[in-house]
Amino acid sequence: MGHRILIVEDSPTMRQLLVFALRRLKEVEIVEAQDGMDGLRKVSSDHFDLALIDINMPVMDGLKLISLIRGDEALKEIPIVVITTEGANEDRDRALKLGANEYLCKPIQANQVLSVVKGLLKPE
Amino acid sequence: MSEQDNRLSSRAEDFLALFSKGAEFSRELLKENERLRSRLAAVTDRQESAARNPEDWGKLRLELMSRIATLEEECTTVRERLDQVELENSQFAQRYVEVEEENNNLANLYVSSYQLHSTLDLDEVIRIITEIVINLIGAEVFAIYLIDGERSELSPVASEGMELSAFPKAKLGVGVLGKAVASNEATCWDTQRSEDLSQPIVCVPLVVQNRPIGAIAVYGLLAQKDGFSALDHELFNMLGGHAATAIFAAKLYSQSERKLNTIQGFIDLLTK
Repeated sequence: MGHRILIVEDSPTMRQLLVFALRRLKEVEIVEAQDGMDGLRKVSSDHFDLALIDINMPVMDGLKLISLIRGDEALKEIPIVVITTEGANEDRDRALKLGANEYLCKPIQANQVLSVVKGLLKPE
Repeated sequence: MSEQDNRLSSRAEDFLALFSKGAEFSRELLKENERLRSRLAAVTDRQESAARNPEDWGKLRLELMSRIATLEEECTTVRERLDQVELENSQFAQRYVEVEEENNNLANLYVSSYQLHSTLDLDEVIRIITEIVINLIGAEVFAIYLIDGERSELSPVASEGMELSAFPKAKLGVGVLGKAVASNEATCWDTQRSEDLSQPIVCVPLVVQNRPIGAIAVYGLLAQKDGFSALDHELFNMLGGHAATAIFAAKLYSQSERKLNTIQGFIDLLTK
């Protein structure tokens, strides 16, 4: 049984690109969610080892999703990587303060995402 | 037998096993000691004999010198081989980085073109182009222009970072944008944000069969983006061709749908 990763991103292009990058990891199962609400539904109903979350999304934004995950006793340990276009320091600080483990700014490089994800996934 | 006797017997057996191991170890030490003694005696004999006989001494010296020379030669060869392997290793590492980058670039291009051709809905195509320009290129302020065929005028149809109405129309062949589009070549003028909306920093003409159908004009990049990479230029070229054909196909599809509906309407009218 490999690691399970949740991608919460409204852009299908970005989702496909992230799936491409993460498939290079061995035995990883990737689940996609198209907005914060969809992400919350999926993360609450199944086990995940890591979540990649965009900030600007319809229905529910990434910051709200992070605060809900961190406020839930059963989910609060999931490592969270933020992938966003918001490059300002205050945005980064806000996300990290809410409980994100890493903050990556778009445009991203596949190997950058891979190295961050590898660093956060616990060995099986 | 009582429990105490059992314990005593077990401890005695443990002690005996330990003692046997100690005895075995001592025997091995004695054997090794004997071997070293005999080796030392042989070396001492040889040295003494060489010391008594100058000829033997010279022979031994020559032998040792030759051995040293052979070892030094071997050492030089091994060092050269090591340098060569280190060089090859660094070349492979460099090549690996290049292949990784190339792989990454190809993934970006594949995903972009796959998404562009995944729909025949014009609004969806425009939305995908917007996504690519924001997420993959890193533009913050930009507009997508389409040419009004009859008037040869570029009109903004989608924008990001500013209201659509803020972006001016442009005549084909006139002004910075009009001339860049007429040239059919993607052009990057700058990486610093342009406040003048008649002066984009990047213009990517959208071209189908050497005929421009529109353009992507970028006016500002995301704060974290400080320049254009080789991938950005590849994406500009890809967008210039693939975004254009995706828009063209979506327009044709929508026209054919409309015509089909009209014809269907006529047929229904005639047959009812």
